[in-house]
Amino acid sequence: MSFADQVLQYLVNGITNGGIYALIALGFTIIYKSTDIINFAQGEFVMLGAVFMSTFYQQAHLNLAVSFGLSVLVVAIIGILMEVLMIRPLQDSDVISPIIATIGASIFLRGAVMLIWGRNDLFVPFFSSGPPYRIFSAILDRQYVWILALALLAMGGLHLFYEKTLHGKAMTACAANKRASSLCGINVQTMVILSFGLSAGLGAVAGGALAPFGMKYDTGVTFGLKGFCAAIVGGLGNNVGAIVGGFVLGVVEELGAGLISSSYKNAISFCILLAVLLIRPQGILFIKSGERV
Amino acid sequence: MISTLLEKIKRGHFLLFCLFVLALPLILRRVEAGDYYISILVLAGINSIVVVGLNMLMGYAGQISLGHAAFFGLGAYSSAIITTRFGLSPWIGFAVSIGLNAAVAYFLAEPILKLKGHYLAMATLGMGMIFLALFSNLPITGGSEGIGVAKLHILGYVLNSRDLKEINYYYFTWIVALLLIYLALNIVKSRVGRALRAIHSSEVAAHSIGVNIAQFKTRVFILSAIYAGIAGSIFAHYSTFLCPPDFGLNYSIRLVTMGVIGGMSSIWGGVLGASTLSMLPQFLDMFAECDILIYGLILILAIIFMPQGMSQKIAWCWEKLKGSEQKGSEQ
Repeated sequence: MSFADQVLQYLVNGITNGGIYALIALGFTIIYKSTDIINFAQGEFVMLGAVFMSTFYQQAHLNLAVSFGLSVLVVAIIGILMEVLMIRPLQDSDVISPIIATIGASIFLRGAVMLIWGRNDLFVPFFSSGPPYRIFSAILDRQYVWILALALLAMGGLHLFYEKTLHGKAMTACAANKRASSLCGINVQTMVILSFGLSAGLGAVAGGALAPFGMKYDTGVTFGLKGFCAAIVGGLGNNVGAIVGGFVLGVVEELGAGLISSSYKNAISFCILLAVLLIRPQGILFIKSGERV
Repeated sequence: MISTLLEKIKRGHFLLFCLFVLALPLILRRVEAGDYYISILVLAGINSIVVVGLNMLMGYAGQISLGHAAFFGLGAYSSAIITTRFGLSPWIGFAVSIGLNAAVAYFLAEPILKLKGHYLAMATLGMGMIFLALFSNLPITGGSEGIGVAKLHILGYVLNSRDLKEINYYYFTWIVALLLIYLALNIVKSRVGRALRAIHSSEVAAHSIGVNIAQFKTRVFILSAIYAGIAGSIFAHYSTFLCPPDFGLNYSIRLVTMGVIGGMSSIWGGVLGASTLSMLPQFLDMFAECDILIYGLILILAIIFMPQGMSQKIAWCWEKLKGSEQKGSEQ
């Protein structure tokens, strides 16, 4: 394989990973905008999405699409429960308490999954069978196409939700100014619940798309951290930024791992994170931001 | 009221605490499987050192760090490399560990501590992950295969000697820990401590009354890194074998949790939190498979019901108890 072929292959893989990172980063962003909390359990939503999908498919013998939809729904409900049971009592605290609480939630969810489903990888079959596609010399797995399609679909849906529905607009208003929105008759509490459901659901979409590659109780952590890097790279609290950050991180990480050393793959993402934080804390997309450096 | 009580504990009862710590193994030696309990207490001591340093950074100066395992690891690997790769005395290892941590913290402090809140949390988290990648990939650290560490000896007496290993390390760790706790107690009571608290409550206000914010933040960051480094070196000699997963994000998070659960804004809170959470997993062992689940649950409940940490809760209960006693005597 020539150098150009290699680079093309890395690009293809990077963009696919980027789709996943973007979805997770969006999850972070949605919760951050509505509550100013960084949800460290975001990666667990991804894992739960895959685990539930596999359960619905393998145990309840539902078809793939139904299992996928149901798992997104179930995980969204778990997200909402998390808000009601844990985040709400912590509403008026400093930065560190919610961080610890969400870390506690992520440990709890991991423990619960390990207890119920065990320590082995859970699978579902690939969404469509057949030989991989080829883009020039690069190989594009069929599942990768599904991942990208589902990610883009979810992003499109989210965009429509924010732009076209009353609830979406109310959420945008809440993110801008909670007090003013509540004066306008928006139920801020409902919007916070909605944002947790939405964020968990997006995580589950990513998890479902990744389910054919296998997931177990502790796989979510890495995805959570990457999504979190992506959210910062794009500019925390900015939906477009989260998507751009996701794809940029996916591509740069894959290129770096391929061209420099794959054992430093994680370090590369975090170097990007640090570089962005130190040079441009408002994110690579220059859009106005509030309290920053 | 609560703070005056804590002040009192700090002053009079430090010696009492020392006595308690020094006497504890004498009791535990007589208990069945006492060595096992002592080994847990050694880890509690090591964690206490790190968390006391971390509490000065987080509780007093208000700067979050989700990457302190990096400094702990840096200390541990300094000791390992100096003794194993270069065959030098462990005490040189300690010196290198302190020097290296101070230097690294000094260079990182300037850019990183400019950030606030979530951004600082993430930058330190990133820092931790990068160090973890270095520990697992650099040839000199032995990578994922790990590295051995030489035994620690004081004036020719080897601490790892067969029967007495745990008890030797218990005394060594806790004497170092007590010295460092004493130092920390004095620091937070001094001008520096007041300056740090001023920065915590309002940087603008602190700045306007002449506190050099950047300098104090840098100093306390270096100090907490040195604490972590010393603890890391002790850990290296105690465990005699290092592998990278011990110094990852999980450990960083555990350290922060210890601080928060114990109470960030007091040195004793750090000791309390570190000791409790070091013992908790051993205690949860009896729940077998459920242990992780229960650990997570305890974290959530602790943060919801005692956001200020155990030390403040205990102080509060104590005040209440005393209050009701006084009422009783009045009647």
